[in-house]
Amino acid sequence: MMGARSHEAEASGGRRGGRIVKALSLRMALQAATVAVAFSTTGHAADGGAPARQGGLEAKLEYCKTCHGLSGQGYLGYFPMPRLAGQQPEYIEAQLRAFIERRRTNPIMFNVAHVLSPSMLTALAMHFRDLNPKPFGGGPRGSLAEGKKIFDEGLPEANVPACSACHGTTGKGQNEIPRLAGQVYEYTVGQLTGWKKERGQGSAIDTSAIMAPTAHNLTRSQVEAVAAYVSYLQ
Amino acid sequence: MKRIGLKIAIMAIVAYVAPSWAGESPAVRNCTWCHGAGAQGYTVAPRLAGQRPLYIMSQIRSFREHARDNPFSKQYMWSAVTALDPHTARDLADYFATIPPKAANDGDTTLASRGRTIYLEGIPEANIVSCYACHGPNAEGVRDIPRLGGLAYFYLKGRLEQWGEGYHSGTESPMPMVASHLGPDEIAALASYLSFVK
Repeated sequence: MMGARSHEAEASGGRRGGRIVKALSLRMALQAATVAVAFSTTGHAADGGAPARQGGLEAKLEYCKTCHGLSGQGYLGYFPMPRLAGQQPEYIEAQLRAFIERRRTNPIMFNVAHVLSPSMLTALAMHFRDLNPKPFGGGPRGSLAEGKKIFDEGLPEANVPACSACHGTTGKGQNEIPRLAGQVYEYTVGQLTGWKKERGQGSAIDTSAIMAPTAHNLTRSQVEAVAAYVSYLQ
Repeated sequence: MKRIGLKIAIMAIVAYVAPSWAGESPAVRNCTWCHGAGAQGYTVAPRLAGQRPLYIMSQIRSFREHARDNPFSKQYMWSAVTALDPHTARDLADYFATIPPKAANDGDTTLASRGRTIYLEGIPEANIVSCYACHGPNAEGVRDIPRLGGLAYFYLKGRLEQWGEGYHSGTESPMPMVASHLGPDEIAALASYLSFVK
């Protein structure tokens, strides 16, 4: 059907103009009809009121998971959204407070976090602790061995301590030290390469300063290797 | 008399549109027939120019699998893609992506600034997420996340309504969840703002 029509339109010679006119008038009639349908359906939809504004923890969790993945496994939008599943509650709370107080620069998360009550912060953090989906995946697999070595042993000659020393041998983190296991690759790369810019604002009162020299001492390819390695840890 | 007037109008349109068809392949013309000259969109058929190729391919797939099931998709696109092999689909997607998109500019200007605020910040109190986080600072999209900037008001509005009306898209997308929180006023504001984004 479509093919036939295109061949018709392709045909050259004296009849071409007439055929196009015929086809075009058909097209216009069709489109007039579809526009009429569009107006009638949208008019109908506009009659309904705004959906009920839900409150409470469940609605807020759905809101978080819209961006951070339905199981909190993370998501790749225009920006990478970090995995929250299995994350240390103290870390989540500390970061949400850092967004609110603008010690961690992120326009989206400032807007998200500044409406959260302290008790909601705690409840959200506790919820994500208990989720355990598979890693989001997608990190490159070419330098996993190098990443593992950096994670396990660090780079003594470059003043990079072993990640495992603080984040744990399985990358699960503890207290205010975040879980890295299963973290979205692009997110980890973004944080480690932009540490000072995004997270260097609160060094006087939070733990963000601890990572600054380490992030600084890693080369881009080392960052990518270690980010890929932790992205596959379960 | 009326008929002659219509004929003159049609001839005028042909004279205006015909040159832009020169050089288009039959496969491209099959699309631009409805999606407008230069693939800039025409009434209910959205602009394809400048759209993300991975998004175009994912939608072609969802039409073929009858997963994207809103009325116009069923009526037009389900049959339109039946003869499209994956290779041609990719060529078409790549081709349309290279055409510079023009903004429809057909939204309500008085709603645009409200729409911009919702786009950038969402409405956290109402659990409405920021569009910017996935669709980008200039609504340009990325990978299989579509460019929204400059699409036509009625297309944007219709799509946002359809998520909430229970239609599907066939891709693993958070959009049904996102749109279920949007009321008519927010949809009108977002569609207005986006129609002006270049």
